[in-house]
Amino acid sequence: MESMVEMSTSPALLAPGEVRRPAWRERFSRKAWEVAESIATPLAPADYLDMFNPLRPGADLRGRVVKVTPETADAATIEIKPGADWRDHVPGQYVRVGVDVDGVRHWRAYSLTHGPRKDGLISITVKAVPGGKVSSHLVRRLSPGKIVHLEQAAGEFVLPSDLRGHKFLMVTAGSGVTPVIGMLRNLFPVTDEGVVQHQRLDVTVVHVAPSRPDSIFIRNLESLHEAGAIRLVTRYTGSEGRLDVDTLNELVPDLKERRAYACGPAGLLDTLQAWYDAEGLPLQTEQFRLATVVTGEGGTVAFTGKTVDAPGDRPILDAAEDAGVLMPSGCRMGICFGCVLPMKEGAVRDLRNGELTVAHPGETGPEGVPIQTCISAAAGECVIDHPAS
Amino acid sequence: MTIAPDAPAYTGPIAHLTREDVEQLGRELDAIRQEVIDTRGERDAAYIHKVIKVQRSLELGSRAVLLASIFPPAFVVGTVGLSIAKILDNMEIGHNIMHGQWDWMRDPKIHSTVWEWDNASTAEGWKHSHNELHHTYTNIVGKDNDLGWGIMRVDEEQPWTPSSLFQPAMNFINMCIFEYGIAAYDLELGRVLRQKKKGRRPSAEWEMAAKKTVAKIRRQAFKDYVAHPLLSMIALSGPTTLVANLTANFVRNVWTHSVIMCGHFPEGVETFELKDIPEDEGRGDWYVRQMLGSANISGSKLLHIMTGNLSHQIEHHIFPDLPSNRYAEIAPKVRALFDKYGLNYHTAPMPQQVASAWHKVLRLSLPNGFMESTNVRNAPSQLGKLVKAVRGDNRTRRRILKEFEAAGAASIGTAV
Repeated sequence: MESMVEMSTSPALLAPGEVRRPAWRERFSRKAWEVAESIATPLAPADYLDMFNPLRPGADLRGRVVKVTPETADAATIEIKPGADWRDHVPGQYVRVGVDVDGVRHWRAYSLTHGPRKDGLISITVKAVPGGKVSSHLVRRLSPGKIVHLEQAAGEFVLPSDLRGHKFLMVTAGSGVTPVIGMLRNLFPVTDEGVVQHQRLDVTVVHVAPSRPDSIFIRNLESLHEAGAIRLVTRYTGSEGRLDVDTLNELVPDLKERRAYACGPAGLLDTLQAWYDAEGLPLQTEQFRLATVVTGEGGTVAFTGKTVDAPGDRPILDAAEDAGVLMPSGCRMGICFGCVLPMKEGAVRDLRNGELTVAHPGETGPEGVPIQTCISAAAGECVIDHPAS
Repeated sequence: MTIAPDAPAYTGPIAHLTREDVEQLGRELDAIRQEVIDTRGERDAAYIHKVIKVQRSLELGSRAVLLASIFPPAFVVGTVGLSIAKILDNMEIGHNIMHGQWDWMRDPKIHSTVWEWDNASTAEGWKHSHNELHHTYTNIVGKDNDLGWGIMRVDEEQPWTPSSLFQPAMNFINMCIFEYGIAAYDLELGRVLRQKKKGRRPSAEWEMAAKKTVAKIRRQAFKDYVAHPLLSMIALSGPTTLVANLTANFVRNVWTHSVIMCGHFPEGVETFELKDIPEDEGRGDWYVRQMLGSANISGSKLLHIMTGNLSHQIEHHIFPDLPSNRYAEIAPKVRALFDKYGLNYHTAPMPQQVASAWHKVLRLSLPNGFMESTNVRNAPSQLGKLVKAVRGDNRTRRRILKEFEAAGAASIGTAV
């Protein structure tokens, strides 16, 4: 067993095919890995290696929490050392983070609040939303040393690679400031001597929040403003009222000339999008909290290739079988787990106790939420990853 | 659920209960289940993570020690450690994860759909025969193959044949090679072979399952009997590692076999006839069948963990998908319900339960009534009759079996 560990941590084994190596070495490492597999069966060698180094190359992507810094009363910045296979990201992108809350794995997307850093850490800033299981856990309970699950950075909410000749507008609301902070930090690195301005850029940031103390990163924005790097316009809705497009036009006279980015809650984004569409101008938006899954009694279940109507008082298994879908099944009473299928999105109700299971696209694991179809009734529009025939 | 006015009254051990009682009992058990589900969380997740970590560390450590197993102390320590690791893997970890007890954590690595265990039978095959058939049709004669695993007579209602005489020996052999016994059982090998004799080809599905099982057996055997012994050759410990691995598998086989025998075989555990199970068996009825068809083992916390909490077989059969670490907690509440409804909560220490199960296997290897009606004086004539029953044609056998049964009933009568 020890020799297995030794063999498989050698880089030759862990990145097969990625580095050009002599053919014999290639063959040798493949054989060695096969040996490791045959001595670890029925587990995989990775299961044992993860005990020693969950961040090693070749492991499922994870990260170790290094530091948790409070930003406001209900927000914190979390610095994470990502696993060896983390590919760099572009400022403005987000990362999906998987964390166990009350023993259950949850996934959420958070903006990376830095560009690539010298120390190799990544950081996210999380605001605990009222009733938010995951965000509250991250802000209040996560401690350094904890392992979290990660996916590679993703997202189109990024600046163009060539910044010359552009004027920018960034509208941020609430925690929607986070991806913008990631962009700004990368554009204007803060050193001991102050803000470094590599290039003269024309950036206006309109930040909307209930009040100044409620604003994450407000100090960063203000210091960038004082240093002349950006023009900051704040709108505190608690005292100044909601931001509408007319007000925005007043606050930013050259609105139409600016390349626009907006990140915040759905209401604001929808209003802005409608205005930009009417003007025929592009708007880059980012919204994390996807529209909530509407739950009710009964609904539809979409299989790959067929959608089935499913009443609220019948198991999905029965409804699907009646509609001619070939379903895996077993005891038909909820004990054998032979009928489990992954629900990608939607909501189902456990017919035994009425409990709801909800799959938010983007907030559950990449493989969806496994549900027992024999005791689950549809409670909304569900998507199940299973071929209809 | 509405009750048909002409529904037959209960008989046997639940004759004193009404339909309403059973429904109420079902609701009370549902409430216990809900209580556990409502409080399931971090503590439970931490428990299974810890058990898995301990098991893996123990397995790694034991295998490492066995690299030097040519030294007797290393051999002993490594063998004991590996035996325990294999038992933990099969019982508290594998059995329970494959039951879906930990699916609620949504951890893609600890999930009934992906878990594989250190055993000859495939997770897929086992889940079908165990979760789907045994747990649904628990102790229904002819439906639940776990009742004697298709090779034994463990209920008076199962017909006696001359081959029943061999069942103690069969059970002993099965105990020694239990992992292969389970694999063959999951494939329903006996049934398929019988059909093959009649000229019927097994289904393509079966052949696929058989292929997977053979591949699994090969992987398992290669690991324990080739790969690890070869690794140990670096310290000239190949042969001793081979012996250690054989021993660990044997210990695991004997242990799991004994625990599982205790679950349903001890004397006094009820079995059921298919004809007595109502077509629309309600949740309460199903619960009652689980309650009466299972037996517990009493003992220490360590014993519970080593049996995969199948020592709480009754609680497990009532709630097969609740996390195993909670069975001990709900056992007093479940037992209180047994008392409330006048049912027999079958529990005893392990040696007693194992002995009782073996007693049943021995007793039923003989025709009904034989043991009860045999004493020192009539032993020779009884044995003579038994030989006749074995050798004689069907009619003679039927006649003699009837005589035994009558004599048995009579001797019980006189004893009373």
